[in-house]
Amino acid sequence: MSLIDEIGKRVDGRALDELRPVRLEVGILPNADGSAYIEMGKNKIMAAVYGPRQVHPRHISQSENAILRVRYHMSPFSTDTRKNPAPSRREIEISKVIKEALQPALLLEDYPRTAIDVYLEVLQSDGGSRCACITAASLALADAGINMSDMVVACAAGKADGKLILDLSDQEDKEGQADMPVAWMPNLDQITLLQLDGKLTQQEFAQALNLALSGCSKLYEMQKDALRKRYFGASEATSEAIE
Amino acid sequence: VIPLSSVKRRYVIPGDTLARGNMRMGNNVIRIGDRLVSTRVGMSEMIRDTVRVVPLTGSYFPRVDDVVMGVVTDYSAFAWEVDINSCFTGILPAQSVFGKDYSPSEQALTSAYSIGDILMAQIIAFDRTRDPLLSTSGPGLGKILKGEIVKIAPSRVPRLIGKKGSMTNIIESSTKCKLTVAQNGMVLIRGTDEGVALAIKAIRLIEKEAHMADLTERIQALLGRGS
Repeated sequence: MSLIDEIGKRVDGRALDELRPVRLEVGILPNADGSAYIEMGKNKIMAAVYGPRQVHPRHISQSENAILRVRYHMSPFSTDTRKNPAPSRREIEISKVIKEALQPALLLEDYPRTAIDVYLEVLQSDGGSRCACITAASLALADAGINMSDMVVACAAGKADGKLILDLSDQEDKEGQADMPVAWMPNLDQITLLQLDGKLTQQEFAQALNLALSGCSKLYEMQKDALRKRYFGASEATSEAIE
Repeated sequence: VIPLSSVKRRYVIPGDTLARGNMRMGNNVIRIGDRLVSTRVGMSEMIRDTVRVVPLTGSYFPRVDDVVMGVVTDYSAFAWEVDINSCFTGILPAQSVFGKDYSPSEQALTSAYSIGDILMAQIIAFDRTRDPLLSTSGPGLGKILKGEIVKIAPSRVPRLIGKKGSMTNIIESSTKCKLTVAQNGMVLIRGTDEGVALAIKAIRLIEKEAHMADLTERIQALLGRGS
């Protein structure tokens, strides 16, 4: 079965450089310090941030920095066949790369001897869930009021049927020739995650990277809208002075 | 006094550029190259040559000289531990209450404060390497014996106080209550039952609609109707 038809549309009807439909919401969990929800294609992911808070066990705290802990977890009902809820090798690895993708944006030295916990729960999974997680986690961190030098957005680019495509779905990821998730800090213009599964020529790599970054830019605008909606309402800057 | 019109305000999110070049950095602002960047979701304010961001979210982070309210959670032979609604526990040394010649064999800490007591205290030292040091010596500080306590998000505290205490004054005068707002988001209300209930209503409205421009009018409408 081909992934791209004669008129250049993909299986789900998208153009080659088109994102899946995205929905972002901030502040969905009243009990978390910060939270966000993302729907990206069939992905449905909740992100919760707790902290800065006291570290237990005490000895793993660091005297100069906050420690960042990330848990990426897929619910048993998030896949076609039931997924064992125990953390798998894959989930542990994704937790690690997400942590390393978020860390450069956080000013962890502002909160020594504390921990910041990020919980990412995949309620329904599709391709590119790590990217969706990073986008949601950075919103949740901003919602928690943790000092950050920039937001982080992530989006994948890849190759299917010999053509470069943006934001791969699960099917395109599995049957295509390459998948490259990229996380990016838009204002600092720095890349915090770059993985490549599959084969790309040097030229294709450069093009795919630009494609992924263009997807990230669009997601960044959506992030801004989500925060604006949550915090600023429709009103313009308040005229009243604050303290 | 700086005229209101000369203060430039803007809603910002982390990473937003607030200004370029030779400006001074206020709270929640960092310098990256020649850009001044916000680190928080909030409102940026440019006053003369200083840029700062008033955050709209976030938990309480201790600062020296803040007056906070907290609950005594534990004590050792030399100090009380106070939960001050933050990621650090406040430490109140016994010597600051009993004096320099305090000795654990002669005086029991529980004779002053015991677990569960609610204290009004001031942060006298905090450098992040150790837990914040508290003191209860000063006017209005010490054990709270009566009143109603309401917890609000610490990011709403500036709004509840208002410009030079204007918002608390409005609530106090129309509910005949005495309000004490601690920097860590705890509010002590003392007054009649009806007054306290009304004041809590007003505080909850401020917490919910802190971003609204016509907040003062809304509060006045609420209090006017109730009294």
